[in-house]
Amino acid sequence: MSIGLGHFVAVSALLFSLGLFCLITRRNAVAILMGIELILNAALLNLAAFSRYLHGQPDGQIFAVFGIVLAAAEAVVALAIVLQLYRAFRTVDTAETTELKG
Amino acid sequence: MLPDLAGLRGGAAILPELVLTGTVFAVLVLDLALRRSARRGRVLLLVTCLGLAAAATAIAGVSAGAQPLFYGMLVADGFALFVKGVVIAAAVVGAILAALSPEIRRDQLGEYLILLVCLTLGMCLLAGARNLLMLYLALELVSLPSYILAGFRHGDRRSSEAALKYVVFGAAASGLMLFGFSLLYGLAGTLDLPGIGAAVVARGLQGGLDAQLLVVVAVLLSLAGFAYKVAAVPFHMWCPDVYEGAPTPFVAFLSVAPKAAGFAALLRFFLSGFGAPLGFPAPGEFPWPFVLGVLAMATMTVGNLAAITQDNVKRLLAYSSIAHAGYLLMAVAVGSPLAIRGVLLYLPIYLLMNMGAFLVVMAVHDATGSETVDGFRGLGARAPYLAVVMAVFLFSLTGIPPLAGFIGKFFLFAAALQTKSMFFYAVAVVGVVNSVISLYYYARIVRACFLEKPADAQAPVRVGSPAAALLGALAVPTLVLGIWWGPLLGVVEKALLLPR
Repeated sequence: MSIGLGHFVAVSALLFSLGLFCLITRRNAVAILMGIELILNAALLNLAAFSRYLHGQPDGQIFAVFGIVLAAAEAVVALAIVLQLYRAFRTVDTAETTELKG
Repeated sequence: MLPDLAGLRGGAAILPELVLTGTVFAVLVLDLALRRSARRGRVLLLVTCLGLAAAATAIAGVSAGAQPLFYGMLVADGFALFVKGVVIAAAVVGAILAALSPEIRRDQLGEYLILLVCLTLGMCLLAGARNLLMLYLALELVSLPSYILAGFRHGDRRSSEAALKYVVFGAAASGLMLFGFSLLYGLAGTLDLPGIGAAVVARGLQGGLDAQLLVVVAVLLSLAGFAYKVAAVPFHMWCPDVYEGAPTPFVAFLSVAPKAAGFAALLRFFLSGFGAPLGFPAPGEFPWPFVLGVLAMATMTVGNLAAITQDNVKRLLAYSSIAHAGYLLMAVAVGSPLAIRGVLLYLPIYLLMNMGAFLVVMAVHDATGSETVDGFRGLGARAPYLAVVMAVFLFSLTGIPPLAGFIGKFFLFAAALQTKSMFFYAVAVVGVVNSVISLYYYARIVRACFLEKPADAQAPVRVGSPAAALLGALAVPTLVLGIWWGPLLGVVEKALLLPR
């Protein structure tokens, strides 16, 4: 049995679900960001797989390369903000950092 | 042999973006070079405003054309140019607000302005993006500086929490959107928006139920990113917390410019991606106007009902901005030429009245330290000028004639009624009822200003002359456009002359 598009899409769907689950259930800010990272990677895997197996055009893979760079940039900003949050609250638990009502 | 590079020539069409990029570098270098100078802040503000003015001039010089640039990545049509103009105007006001506000430390003003211009550059690209990759890149270029600016008050607990909420919601929404994009790419085999539209319509018509379901899921996921940017239900939860915690000059900018760019991108996504105009109900296709219409009703109702009970004025204006996103979403759902005209007309009007209201909030906060409705008590006696212009902005936000907000809303509702469909009649009725509800909470602030006595005898609130001049510059057009909107409508008509 050779690895085909179906396998990639299945892995991507699994990654997406795990990411969404992590996003919804976690209270730790860093863990939430990890869930978001999983969702991003699921999308990038999709793009690369569709580009390779379905369309034979490199544009999806180029999108994936851009996406990797952007995910890194986003992680830098997000972790800097988490660090700032930690300095202000001495915790990164989102259940305890609630100065703003709502 | 060199590949054909003709498609790489953007020509004068991307001059505004190039000028903005140059401004970023100029401010960056000057910020370092003038570190010890006493006039650093003033010079940086001047350079930023000059750069933005140069970009606006460049926009005026671009000959609008529907011709795609850079192998179909961007387009500089009248629609995009108009939105760019609105965004740059908001950036000028935003830069001046930052320089006036004590919330932004003087030694950090340079950083603030750099990020603000980066954000503006991202929004200009977003307005012209017609490719999924460009759309995603531009959206991230808007998001990343926004996250930083929301948490700009270092060590402030509320600002840190606001930034965290913003970044978590933002990253989640953009992740969902990217997943939706990847599915759209899989379905269509192209990242080009018009190409996707053609392929998706074809698939939806030919394919079975599963293909249609996949299209629906992909578009719904993609909608998440746009809904987040414009603060529409169900991605509005970040809005009140971020508005309350983030520095006020940034909130004033955030409430207007990214919303304008987000609506421009949403309109282009739906209109060039799914054929224009969206008929209702489109046969053989998923009824997107219906979905957007329901979202619009939910957005305005949630925004207005939640605003009633707010005591913090920044939170109240946050819910009010959610409600306004609902009115605009109603026009997006209609998608007719009149509706697009209405959206374009509404954006500059919304800029004037919302940024004006935030400027008053900022001035009152700086003078009294209060951001609550009670802080506005007796403002009519303590600072008549502030109180009067605040009343103008708030009544304009409500949509009472003869103020500009009425004209803006009039076109949005006219577009909904023009469809002659029962569904959009219902949406319009919900919108009108919501406008009446909004009068209650806007009028609450005005009543506090004029009819209530301050809690204790307080000194008059002083406004600096730059702030007073800026307030006048925002309030006078709010009054004039309500009576004499012809010129603005003319600009909008000109922007829409070209086919998309």
